[in-house]
Amino acid sequence: MSEPLLVFDNVVKRFGDFVAVKRMNLEIGKGEFVAIMGPSGCGKTTTLRMLAGLESPSEGEIRLAGRVMNDVKPHERDTPMVWQSLALFPFLNARENVEFGLRMRGFDAATRRGKALGWLDRLGMSEFAERDISTLSGGQKQRVALARSLVTEPQILLLDEPLSALDAHLVIRMQSVLTNLQRELGITFVYVTHSQSEAFAMADRVVIMSKGEVAQVGQPKDIYRAPANRFVAEFVGRNNIITGKVKSASKGKTVIEAASGTFAVTADTLPKTGAEATFVISADLVRLTASKPKAENAVQAKLISEEFIGSVVTLFLESADGTEFKVQVQERELATLDLKSANALWLSWPAASAHLLTGS
Amino acid sequence: MTLDRALTWFLRAWVGVVFAFVFTPIIFSLIFSFNSQRFPTIPLGEFSTQWYETILADPDVWQAAITSITVAVCTAVLATFLGFCTAYSDYRYNFRFKGAYLALILLPPTIPLIIMALAMLAWFSRIGASGEVWSIIAAHTVLTAPFAMAIIRLRLNQMDENLEAAAWNLGASEWATMRHVVLPFCKPAIISAACLCAAVSFDEFAIAWFVSGLNKTVPVVILEIVTGNIDPQVNAIGTFVFLTSMTLVVAAQLLFIARAARGMKQGAET
Repeated sequence: MSEPLLVFDNVVKRFGDFVAVKRMNLEIGKGEFVAIMGPSGCGKTTTLRMLAGLESPSEGEIRLAGRVMNDVKPHERDTPMVWQSLALFPFLNARENVEFGLRMRGFDAATRRGKALGWLDRLGMSEFAERDISTLSGGQKQRVALARSLVTEPQILLLDEPLSALDAHLVIRMQSVLTNLQRELGITFVYVTHSQSEAFAMADRVVIMSKGEVAQVGQPKDIYRAPANRFVAEFVGRNNIITGKVKSASKGKTVIEAASGTFAVTADTLPKTGAEATFVISADLVRLTASKPKAENAVQAKLISEEFIGSVVTLFLESADGTEFKVQVQERELATLDLKSANALWLSWPAASAHLLTGS
Repeated sequence: MTLDRALTWFLRAWVGVVFAFVFTPIIFSLIFSFNSQRFPTIPLGEFSTQWYETILADPDVWQAAITSITVAVCTAVLATFLGFCTAYSDYRYNFRFKGAYLALILLPPTIPLIIMALAMLAWFSRIGASGEVWSIIAAHTVLTAPFAMAIIRLRLNQMDENLEAAAWNLGASEWATMRHVVLPFCKPAIISAACLCAAVSFDEFAIAWFVSGLNKTVPVVILEIVTGNIDPQVNAIGTFVFLTSMTLVVAAQLLFIARAARGMKQGAET
């Protein structure tokens, strides 16, 4: 079997004493949309810059289509990037910006013009082709930057937080522009972001990085439902992370005794009895009732505060021992519960919804 | 509120006074250049262009004008080139002794002109290069390059730090990036640096007087005319020199304003 399009083989990047990327192994296939996500300083941008040739790995190899890229100069590789700052050329108009890559590759004026206008048209920018960059709006600049990167028809496109400067409603629009483009072109997108909603909405696979290491690689729903370790569980957010001692562990069911109660978790791997174990229950899988439910896992808690975003409400509750729980419910469901008069509410979830963390 | 208004009026008046202080002598020089009388006294005599006719007929003045223009143009090109190189090396690279390097580059304007002129004369006569046109050019280049560097450095500061990387990323080599990205980006600053260097060189007297020998520049000729006698020719030449310098400086400014206005106009259409 041939090698995937892009391979990180034991890649390490050091800046002096600081290790930005610690021994990264990652394979990215042709036509994949991969998002690299993590908090700032986790090494995600360094990873992308190594792909573009702006940094070279201290150790290991990066191979693109079988070719070792470590010492290939940036201008000798075909890995165009969409920059966070866009980095459009302010002294050129929209069309000339798009033409730049073709001009550097020696295409004649007529071909350049034709291709550039074609791409601007495809991104709905044909009427702005001759406009100065400074007169375009954020979303329009974004489209010019995309066209500029794609005009050379690369195999791979690198995107460095391209939507971070846009208004929320534009972000959603650009997300669909990006995913549609990626599907139509069938090329690989490597998308660096700190935004979970962007990564999860667009990517086929998400790479979560923490302190220079890959914390987890997987499809968005796997990362959301089955985080590999505590870092991912916390980073992904809206998770209740509960740590306790293993009381009993039998096939398919592990019982964990925590400060807030005793809970059953369905798990394939069996932890040792008496050992410390942590499980995760997503806020949206917790059921909220006014009276004690008939369920395997139930906790009584009182309401502390609520966060209201659109049709979904996040409730913050506290159990008797002071553990905080997060519960996400639909606003219309909440209307059926009388929150004000209820002294205490009951939280419950089936054992199968909880996920036992295997990593530390 | 009233204090604000009073302050505004005070500042306006202050600006007016400063302008009056700077321009009054020049305006008088302009007026007397068209005065028929030999001595600058009021009441004025008749309107006359005789002093202009005299200087235009004087081959020494023509020769000096040609020397001055040659020196100014060559100085502008060389100083701007050097200024660009130093500004770019400061912007782009970090190296040991960079502080010392920058201090050395920015040193010439801090040296009193007369000291610099003497030093230049001593050095040029030692290497047998005194009194040549190119020795004035060399001296003026040393003097004006720091101004060019300062102007171009300011422009480079406004450049997106990823702009060059973006060009490499699109297949431009480092030289192609210099030609197609860095130079176009700096173009307004490069032109205005060249105009300023030319203006400084055209007006500069002390160094030119020491170094020029027989290749006199316009300011040197002016001094020779006024030494010993009062001659309204000087007013006529002075007017020419003033207009040349002002044209260069205003041209540099207009370039910026025109660009800004173009951007605004297109912005208004959206």
